[in-house]
Amino acid sequence: MRFAVVVFPGSNCDRDMYFAVKDALGEEADLVWYQEADLSSYDAVLLPGGFSYGDYLRSGAIASTSNVISQIREAAEAGKPVLGVCNGFQILLEMGLLPGAMLSNKHLKFMCHFETLKVENAETMFTRDYEPQEKISIPIAHGDGNYYCDEATYQELKDNRQIAFTYENNPNGSVGDIAGITNKAGNVLGMMPHPERAVEALVGNEDGLRLFQSILTHWRNNHAIKA
Amino acid sequence: MRKVKIYITLKEGVLDPQGKAVQNSLHSLEYKNVSEVRVGKYMEVMMEDTNDIEEQVDKMCDQLLANPVIENYTYTIEEVV
Repeated sequence: MRFAVVVFPGSNCDRDMYFAVKDALGEEADLVWYQEADLSSYDAVLLPGGFSYGDYLRSGAIASTSNVISQIREAAEAGKPVLGVCNGFQILLEMGLLPGAMLSNKHLKFMCHFETLKVENAETMFTRDYEPQEKISIPIAHGDGNYYCDEATYQELKDNRQIAFTYENNPNGSVGDIAGITNKAGNVLGMMPHPERAVEALVGNEDGLRLFQSILTHWRNNHAIKA
Repeated sequence: MRKVKIYITLKEGVLDPQGKAVQNSLHSLEYKNVSEVRVGKYMEVMMEDTNDIEEQVDKMCDQLLANPVIENYTYTIEEVV
């Protein structure tokens, strides 16, 4: 399976994402610069964390107007897995692929530590290798991770089972303890915690690895059906 | 040439942690009568005048300058000589 890691000016978790796929998952990955990206030959698109364009205007806002965005939209429409982590999540919100917006953390602090997440929906292509309601430990590293949406949108997220992960101890003030959501079709996931930083026991834990394995399992099953 | 002055504010009901911190600072400076602070953004956009300038400004606010999920915007257009 081939993964594209889209690199924007100011991305800084792109290599973590790349090595998570290449070394921990054992699949193909390329770092693709946003201006020259041709995503058509990839099976999945990964938007890494960081501070694209220095978080100018709003986190992810400037990146969401770049040329590569139409290709990311196409990949999403084609049903390919699109994963945005941290700044990648903020970009997905700003480009409207996911509902809601991101505010500054409730206590205005940049936070960088492990959080316990609950797998709210273990039936998505990103979470199928987790147990329903399983608790996993994944690091967060953000200043603007306070997910906001209005009451009607929150209800819709719940009704459509779009909430993939919640925080056990909400660190940032997010509506409904939300840590990660999918689109309605379930092939676009945005999350603030960094699964790519939790793929090796040597440097923490492996709780994030199953997210990447889930994507691979889903892709393999789909291909087996097609073949 | 026109100068567009754009004011972007957080919608009512949307939490403003920055405003809250500024409010607390004003309280510690003894401004006890301050009951709320909301922090917004102000931008100046210089642009050539066109017939549909208001339409254009609305569109650029909706597309990029403001995030309609959490923010409102107002603007004034001034002539610059």
